[in-house]
Amino acid sequence: MTKSFNLKAWLLLLPALSLLVAFTHWPTLKTLWRSVTWARSDVAPSQFVGLENYQLLMDDPVFWQVIENNFWYAVGTVPTSIALAIAMALWVNGKIRHKGLLRLAYFTPTILPMITVANIWLFFYSPGIGLFDQILGSIGIQGPNWLGDPDTALPSLMAMTIWKEAGFFMIFYLAALQTLSPELYDAARLEGAGPWRIFRRITFPLLMPTTLFVLINALLNAFKLVDHLFILTKGGPNNASNLLLYYIYETAFSFLDSYYAATLTVIMLIALALIALVQILMFDRKIHYR
Amino acid sequence: MSNWFQRLSTFSAYLLGVIWIMPLLYAFWAAFHPPEYATQFSLFAPLTLENFVAAWDQAPFYRYMLNTIIITSLILASQLFVCTLAGYALAREKFLGRGIAFALVLTQLMVMPEVLIVENYKTLADLGQIDTHLGVGLPYLASAFGIFLLRQTFKTVPQELEDAARVEGLSGLSLIWKVFVPMAFPTYLAYSLVSISYHWNNFLWPLVVTNTEDSRPLTVGMAIFGAPESGVDWSIISAGTLIAIGPLLALFLVFQRQFIQSFMQAGIK
Repeated sequence: MTKSFNLKAWLLLLPALSLLVAFTHWPTLKTLWRSVTWARSDVAPSQFVGLENYQLLMDDPVFWQVIENNFWYAVGTVPTSIALAIAMALWVNGKIRHKGLLRLAYFTPTILPMITVANIWLFFYSPGIGLFDQILGSIGIQGPNWLGDPDTALPSLMAMTIWKEAGFFMIFYLAALQTLSPELYDAARLEGAGPWRIFRRITFPLLMPTTLFVLINALLNAFKLVDHLFILTKGGPNNASNLLLYYIYETAFSFLDSYYAATLTVIMLIALALIALVQILMFDRKIHYR
Repeated sequence: MSNWFQRLSTFSAYLLGVIWIMPLLYAFWAAFHPPEYATQFSLFAPLTLENFVAAWDQAPFYRYMLNTIIITSLILASQLFVCTLAGYALAREKFLGRGIAFALVLTQLMVMPEVLIVENYKTLADLGQIDTHLGVGLPYLASAFGIFLLRQTFKTVPQELEDAARVEGLSGLSLIWKVFVPMAFPTYLAYSLVSISYHWNNFLWPLVVTNTEDSRPLTVGMAIFGAPESGVDWSIISAGTLIAIGPLLALFLVFQRQFIQSFMQAGIK
């Protein structure tokens, strides 16, 4: 069949493409444009200002703080979530008793809404009466003011993020583990390899494609999972736990500066483009887009 | 040494399981006991349903839940329809520009609507859809993930089957509806469960586009309900939380196996 114009195919694609263009591609272009314009108010006509908004960005200490926070947020959540997900999958796939219950416990956070459960976590973190402080108190340790102290606010958010996503990533490892051949393990055991050696030499390398896939998703989450900020810290104290997407929200809807918010969004888009680039460079395309 | 390692490993597995289920267990504890037991644990704490009554009185849960159900179903219905057509075109039609069309679709996997809240809000304002169910749904009515999943599935339908159906006189939409849709049933189920749990729990975009009870979903309602300013206590918040997550949690517990299978299947593709 020759490749040519195919009206039917385009008609079938029309609803999807028009929706995607209207709410993904077009707003992306509009964001780029808005980031180089400015207006005194929402009703005043906007004018081209070149890179002035970006100059503002460079001079904005909150922006740099947010970027740094986002970096630590990724460093703190991505490897830990992946490691826990692998451990969970190995346990649930192994010979442990009450496998079903355990799998259920690990997976449940995936279907619970972040925002609603954040209320429960808020209680866990509350100074003095909260669960964490009560547990620490029972062994004679005075817990910190988890969410109120700039040193512990961001790590407290990370803990909830890891709790939310590890069980979700476990699923992908579980699926991958079930495709590995048991003969491989029998052979390794015959050779006298211990559990750690088997994991390092066989399981982990064979799980590599899954790890790459999970890595991309974990990195995306590090930028888009900000729901719990609304309940736990609101980015505080003094922006110590503020993240890029939350700062975009604040700038656009609390400070009502859509031009600066657009400039921040461009930074977010650059970050996402970099993640996409990592994905393209690392993935074997044959596996995924055939 | 190996035995010792084994025990430590098993212990960690259960410990992690307990930690992971802790927030939910606590919510049940606090919701079913009087407020004075919210911060202390006693085997003899009396059971009560008062907190549920109080929570139900303090926030329009019924309205929130209705909004969530309307928004989630609206999105799912549209996604299933739109993604089927696009997935079929990308999987089975040969045409100039297919690569570009597919690349355009995949962009949304990376640039999620949440990222573009600033411009999408302005678009919605221009369309006069702020604070409507449709407004909450619009950016999600087409899903790159759904199109991708269905494309992968439709690709596996044997050509002979399609040819046979064409000999029978089927073509166009009826071919898709009678041959491809039934073949992809597990994919539809998997995708639907993933989509429902995503949109039942979605928060940032609904927060931005809703202003009143008329369209506000449970997640946004709960954020307002639980805010410290509104001065609700932990027991009532826990009861409210259980009301909000109840339907999805029940659905999940009943169809646990399907849920986990679905997420697995959606992930492998």
